[in-house]
Amino acid sequence: MARALINVPGQARRGEIIEIKTLISHVMETGHRRTEAGAPIARDIIRQFVCTYNGAEVFRADLHPAIAANPFLVFSTVATESGTLTFTWTGDNGFSVTESAAITVS
Amino acid sequence: MRLVGAALFGIVVVAASAPAGEIPLGERRAGYDFMSRETRAMQDDDTANPGMLWVLEGESLWGRKVGAAGRACADCHGDARTSMKGVAARHPAFDAGMGRPVNLEQRINRCRVDRQQAPRLAWEGRELLALAAFVARQSRGMPINRVVDPRMQAFVDAGRATFYRRQGQLNLACSQCHDDHWGRRLAGNVIPQGHPTGYPLYRLEWQGLGSLQRRLRNCMVGMRAEPYEYGGREFVDLEVFLMWRARGMTIDSPAVRP
Repeated sequence: MARALINVPGQARRGEIIEIKTLISHVMETGHRRTEAGAPIARDIIRQFVCTYNGAEVFRADLHPAIAANPFLVFSTVATESGTLTFTWTGDNGFSVTESAAITVS
Repeated sequence: MRLVGAALFGIVVVAASAPAGEIPLGERRAGYDFMSRETRAMQDDDTANPGMLWVLEGESLWGRKVGAAGRACADCHGDARTSMKGVAARHPAFDAGMGRPVNLEQRINRCRVDRQQAPRLAWEGRELLALAAFVARQSRGMPINRVVDPRMQAFVDAGRATFYRRQGQLNLACSQCHDDHWGRRLAGNVIPQGHPTGYPLYRLEWQGLGSLQRRLRNCMVGMRAEPYEYGGREFVDLEVFLMWRARGMTIDSPAVRP
């Protein structure tokens, strides 16, 4: 079960720079490890994170092996209009999680 | 001359007795106080603290009906925010049925088997950790509460004996690091006093949540002793003593530790 924590300010002034924090639960198995029997452990990581603001992409990150489990991403954007921020994480084994948060811009 | 001799004698006595003592109540410090500013910030912000992922999962498990009885935790205990307040601060607590103390994880599993009639959850499994984290979260900010219970005294003493007993190939006792040398360094890390205020906690080294017993196993492997079984009486007695030793300190679960 994948769970995500998102921190977006609920309200902002137009033109204000807002900080967005996201944290998601994921094992981030590198694919470089082996079991005690020597068999390789398949890679299982989040490959990509995308944040859109009313449909327009404002932040994107490619993730690679050797990024810690439960990736924590902090970034900022400019509050332009009221609406919805959508966050999508996609990865190996068909992993896909989408969350959203509303923001009111005055 | 006689005066100098007496003074020297006094110094020798003080030097010989100083390292063996317990930490005075006023000098106790939680692991939080030894951490870097960045790690503290991570713990303090609920949207940055990875332990909150387990708390959220525990919250959903709390309301899920399981077992032959078809009952959820919430069906008996209601809203955990009120019913579970302070529960983690008083565990391990004496269980009359077993005639000995049980820790929080054992209490959850007792409820699961007896009341929900569901199979017991595995030690260090995701579900048990999630439920324990959710319950412990309700005690955040509360002082560790050790009520005077004469039935517990024998178990406090047993835990204390374990804490001060040298063991393993390195012939070390818990007290040698955590009473005598706290604040100094073991390799690159500061030695904390070993107060269990934040369990279950997210350890950056583990990249996951773990129980106090998992942490104790770490220490035992480090001193090259054979760890006790999860839920073994030695571990629970040691938990009882550690909580007694940290009495009055503030619960900060789910904590983040390096």
